[in-house]
Amino acid sequence: MSKRNSLFQWNLDRLVVPPLAVAALICVAILLLVLAFLVYEASPVLVDGGWRVFLSDTGWYPLEGLFGLIPMLWASLVLMLGAVIIAAPIGLACAIFIKFYAPASLNKVFRLILSLLAGMPSVVLGLWGLTELVPLIAKWQPPGASLFAAILVLALMVLPTVALTSASALSAVREDLLAGAAALGIGRKAQVLGLVLPAARYGIWSGILLAMARAIGETMVVLMVAGNVVQYPHGLFEPVRALTANIALEMAYATDNHRAGLFASGLMLTLIVLVLAWAASRIVGRNQHG
Amino acid sequence: MAERLFTSVIWLSTALVVAMLLWILGDLAYQGMPHLSLNFLLSEPMSAGRSGGIGPILVSTLLIIAVTLLSALPLGLAAAIWLAEFTNRGSAVGNGVRLCLDVLAGIPSIVFGLFGNAFFSIFLGLGFSILSGGLTLACMILPVFIRTCEIGVSSVNDAWRKGAAALGMTRSAAVWHILLPAASPAIVAGLILGIGRATAETAALIFTSGYVDRMPGSLLDSGRALAVHIYDLSMNVTGGDPAAHASALVLLVLIMLLNLLAQGLSDRWLQRRLSV
Repeated sequence: MSKRNSLFQWNLDRLVVPPLAVAALICVAILLLVLAFLVYEASPVLVDGGWRVFLSDTGWYPLEGLFGLIPMLWASLVLMLGAVIIAAPIGLACAIFIKFYAPASLNKVFRLILSLLAGMPSVVLGLWGLTELVPLIAKWQPPGASLFAAILVLALMVLPTVALTSASALSAVREDLLAGAAALGIGRKAQVLGLVLPAARYGIWSGILLAMARAIGETMVVLMVAGNVVQYPHGLFEPVRALTANIALEMAYATDNHRAGLFASGLMLTLIVLVLAWAASRIVGRNQHG
Repeated sequence: MAERLFTSVIWLSTALVVAMLLWILGDLAYQGMPHLSLNFLLSEPMSAGRSGGIGPILVSTLLIIAVTLLSALPLGLAAAIWLAEFTNRGSAVGNGVRLCLDVLAGIPSIVFGLFGNAFFSIFLGLGFSILSGGLTLACMILPVFIRTCEIGVSSVNDAWRKGAAALGMTRSAAVWHILLPAASPAIVAGLILGIGRATAETAALIFTSGYVDRMPGSLLDSGRALAVHIYDLSMNVTGGDPAAHASALVLLVLIMLLNLLAQGLSDRWLQRRLSV
């Protein structure tokens, strides 16, 4: 269409488009830079099969050259699963509330509350967990700062993700299905459980996977509430240290191979999150194709 | 019977979430309010933040956000316009850029901290500085900002584009005079998301903008962000909890104020553009 315009205007488009394209390319370059710097900084421990020490070393004693990441990897995975196991059913219930049970007046307020919770800075959630929840748990099962405390705060953090994505998945279910069910005299509960949830299952699963990605990538909450002792998660009330918290704790004084080890754990974390996010988008894709 | 049980479960879950949020906000207000005063907002922190205020920390926080927005806004907007208006829908290049942005959006914030430390602080020699921190945050918020803007621009009614073309406007002129004003609510939404994430961020700043709680003299000075201050007070300073709660309260109010500001600015911009 631009060719029909006068020469001056045609030139304007030619002047404007290249800088815009450059801006887009800069964004691509940022991703490449992030990945390149992670790999480059981690390379001292990755070359020559050095990465095997992450799996084989008995523990994480970086000052003595022992880089066993497995206990912290387990801690991160258990934290993530625990948080999602709590957040998924409650978040789903919130989504069902929004779509089927909320009176019109409450609906808007509740959505606002969910987005308020979603926008809550994680350091504030961590502060609340540290000063309110941890002392409560400590009275019952000392020391308080534990896997359990961190799971609860993480669950609260990712709950809005599950609730809001599930709510939009529920809204996408065809209205005529519901009308048909209602005409057959099927109750609200059976409509939701038998009809709506199965029809919206891909969207709900994708929300759960996104919540998992958020939970395992979260630093502040686990750093402040989980207790930060490097060990396999044996019991719910034991302190653990997650991969993210480990980076935040040790970057300040890490040098040489220790620093490289931290970058390598960051690389591993990124890969886990990307696989989860990729799976989430694949599931949504399936939904769209029937 | 089962019907009523199910209904109660749904209502109870919802009530639980509301109660938790009220607990968090109530706790913050109850413990933070007594410590909060005008003096707290303006004065320097003393004895590692236990007493004194958060004046320099507020300044550093605002400077970090300013650096983030000044770098992410033009870059993000330009990339979004290019994706929405100057690539063919479904073209390989456009989809490649979108894929890269999705991957970037998935990277955990602590990993952005690692990258910012290695690239901005050490490789580019910016050190622990407000500039390093702000640029790191800009990389972090770009994907979500671009995505929201792109959706906003490309969902403008096609009739407006055709109208502009029929009037002999270039596509760049159509973007500037018609599409951007029409998409400004989406741009503001993206801005608000970005500001919210940048202001709340802690992990990416600890090793880029650093811990120093003095008044920053320039953008190359280290400056402690409010979120980092909260973390430090609660974890490393015994007796820092009252100040931590007060700072958390300030952080929440700051996020809300910045949102209102973004909203207000865009409303004015929209009015000016559409009335010309």
